[in-house]
Amino acid sequence: MAVMARAREGLAPISRRYALSVFYALVGLFMAVVFSRNTRPGEIARLGLNTSRSIELVRMPDIIVPVLPVVWILSATVLILSLYHLLRGFRRTGWLLGVVSLSFLVSFLVWTARGTSFSLIGILSASLQLATPILLGALSGVLCERSAVINIAIEGMMLGAAFASVIVANATGSLLLGLVAGLAVGALLAAWHAVMSIRFRMDQIVSGTAINIFATGLTNFLNQRVLQVYQQLNVQQTFPSFSQLAPELGKIPILGPLLFDQSPIVWAALLLLVIVQIALFRTRWGLRTRAVGEHPRAADTVGINVFRTRYVNVILGGVIAGLGGTYFTLGSVGRFDKTMTNGRGFIALAAMIFGNWTPTGAFASSLIFGFADALQVKLQILIGQVNIPYDFLLMLPYLVTMVALTGVVGRVIPPAADGQAYQKQ
Amino acid sequence: MGISVQTEIQPGTGREGPSAQPPARNTGGQVLNALSIPVLALFSALVISAFFILASDPVVLAAYGKFLLSPGHALAVSWKEVADAYTALFLGAIGNPAAMAGAIRTYLATGQTNGLIQAFYPLSESLVSATPYIFAGLAVALGFKCGLFNIGAEGQIYIGALTAAFVGYTFTGLPWIIHAPLTLLAAALGGAVWAGIPGYLKARTGAHEVINTMMMNYVAFNLADFLLNGPMKRGGSTGFIPISRDIQASAYLPKFFPDPIRLHAGFLVALAVAVGVYLFLWRTTLGFELRTVGANLRAAKYAGISVTRNFILAMALSGALAAMAGAGEVMGVNHNIAQGFSPGYGYDSIALALMGGSNPLGVVLAALLFGALRNGATDMQALAGIPIDIVSIVQAFVIMFVAAPAIIRWIYRLKAGGGFQAIFTRGWGG
Repeated sequence: MAVMARAREGLAPISRRYALSVFYALVGLFMAVVFSRNTRPGEIARLGLNTSRSIELVRMPDIIVPVLPVVWILSATVLILSLYHLLRGFRRTGWLLGVVSLSFLVSFLVWTARGTSFSLIGILSASLQLATPILLGALSGVLCERSAVINIAIEGMMLGAAFASVIVANATGSLLLGLVAGLAVGALLAAWHAVMSIRFRMDQIVSGTAINIFATGLTNFLNQRVLQVYQQLNVQQTFPSFSQLAPELGKIPILGPLLFDQSPIVWAALLLLVIVQIALFRTRWGLRTRAVGEHPRAADTVGINVFRTRYVNVILGGVIAGLGGTYFTLGSVGRFDKTMTNGRGFIALAAMIFGNWTPTGAFASSLIFGFADALQVKLQILIGQVNIPYDFLLMLPYLVTMVALTGVVGRVIPPAADGQAYQKQ
Repeated sequence: MGISVQTEIQPGTGREGPSAQPPARNTGGQVLNALSIPVLALFSALVISAFFILASDPVVLAAYGKFLLSPGHALAVSWKEVADAYTALFLGAIGNPAAMAGAIRTYLATGQTNGLIQAFYPLSESLVSATPYIFAGLAVALGFKCGLFNIGAEGQIYIGALTAAFVGYTFTGLPWIIHAPLTLLAAALGGAVWAGIPGYLKARTGAHEVINTMMMNYVAFNLADFLLNGPMKRGGSTGFIPISRDIQASAYLPKFFPDPIRLHAGFLVALAVAVGVYLFLWRTTLGFELRTVGANLRAAKYAGISVTRNFILAMALSGALAAMAGAGEVMGVNHNIAQGFSPGYGYDSIALALMGGSNPLGVVLAALLFGALRNGATDMQALAGIPIDIVSIVQAFVIMFVAAPAIIRWIYRLKAGGGFQAIFTRGWGG
């Protein structure tokens, strides 16, 4: 009875609250102990805000951070929050996990940068870059799952799009056609997934896994059979950023490197975030989509075409995943490498769940994943200072995904009909 | 044509998956019907893959550019390309039947074994490849039986191989009868713990096992990378690929035949384990509970079966089986673990388990087939220049066709029903 009463109050079951509080408290203790090690009192970290280009216009002062106080304040915050969660319990725990992970990452960053300077603007801009494919993947997931089709094939769609875009861009000499090819491949694979799961009512997770295996196999196959032979099809090229078109934009302090140095696909992702958020919650289309995702039978009764809604949503989701895949090649790396998406499609799904199936929530969580990713990349430079084997740093994004998933699933609520095939009566 | 599909799936089986009724004794006709889906699925997948082989060959494409001028030439070029590829696949997988017959005649006449070894080498290699497939396929199948989708078999194979290598080279002076079983059990335990983690997370928090097992794959690969470059690194190794120390001879799985035949006792162990899995699932109370949870979660809860315990048990057993695939490779074939030693046995085993209908006999048959495919594809890559990844494309279509039997029934005009059941997993919630 007590459990039911608590559930009605909106609190998580007690055992899980205890477990999570203890886990967060351990994180806080870990921060306090490990990140104060090898640190002299009064030692500072310099966080730079300039890039070689932005310095031409204005020199921003470095942020001077005293390492020990920051680590202690952040770990104290985490400890206090976990204690409060243990004793009283927070109602909404998604943000709690966000605060804890961010505190951990920030104190880790400050600790590794102790005694040296570290480009804060560099890591922030890298976070945004690395968050972009995750955000696009998560938006794709939101579109599909709001209409109750689980899309685990985002990874495969991204990989296929990354491959197609680079080949077409090189073959035609047009980046724009490359982009179109990437979007088309995303849409094509999504259409396949849609037919399988809507028309043939196949298990959606099995269908998604098959598409992932297919995309991995086909891109590896063609990579070896075509790209190794015709290397002129895999020449590095990327969309120019705004600051490459108008160099003055890149010199604006902070905003220049953070926004104008970025690929247009980053901008497109942010724009899509706003569009999907508004479309989903402020338009008739969004209402219908959500109705189909929550109660398809009721939606059907009032005259909404359940099948058409799902087809449209899944294929649109595929286009967005295709944009995410195109970002890997034409947006950042410039050329195709074998299995270059490296599980980012799965991380995007975790970001979608973590963000409670909303675009804004997905954005917030993809930024945290992007930050963890960027930290891992940047720390390779500071490897001697960290004393953590490089391979363990590489595990970081995957472990963050697992912790995030474990921490929030059960309290976030998927669309009620998610994953269920619909059958007209 | 839409109607034929609609009527084939009985309403009500939607999310519950295979029905919880005790399966009736299979009649001969039912067995034939159950076999026809996977066989036709494989055939269709090979046909589709042929198109990918053709579409990626510039010579063939050039011939089709002149299709209107000489259609016969284009078709002949296509046929030759596909025939060459699949002939190389067959010869690499099974061997040359004529040479085999000749070698047997020579052996019976003269007692010469050289020709015999040469002729049967491809077949024996297929059995060597089939061994890890049997273990890993059983792992995925056992997960399916509890309604869990373990796509982390690849990582679990690495954990098993790492554990086996560690136990294999650390303990010295043990007799074979103790050391070899100890190594295999340690690997199984390592895999059980590794896969038990996502099982526990699934049971207690509902975090989906597909994402967690996938994430743990990446963690396992990086862990292997760390260990093989650090603590487990072979002393004085300067090779390009990180590799561990060799295990003690007392931890080897014995071989049956002289070199170069590599077939080892792991194959028999795998068959025995398949029987064990069958007995566990269908002849024990624990196995019944596990299948009940997989067949109908709500009914299982109502009957007082602990879903938590069964999720953890199923994932742990699944991980133990997958780990034995890795241990078998270390103890029977390589005698060490090198980075990238598994060509994707874990991923392949998903298609394999689906194709085998998630039952041990089906898994063993499918594993023999996949072992032959994988082994033959190596020859196809060497002789016909077709990249080995074509196997993944074949597998993807096999999964599609097997998981949606309606497609195969529609293409080949088969009657509905029969013993073949589609697989169903769970959404994010349960």
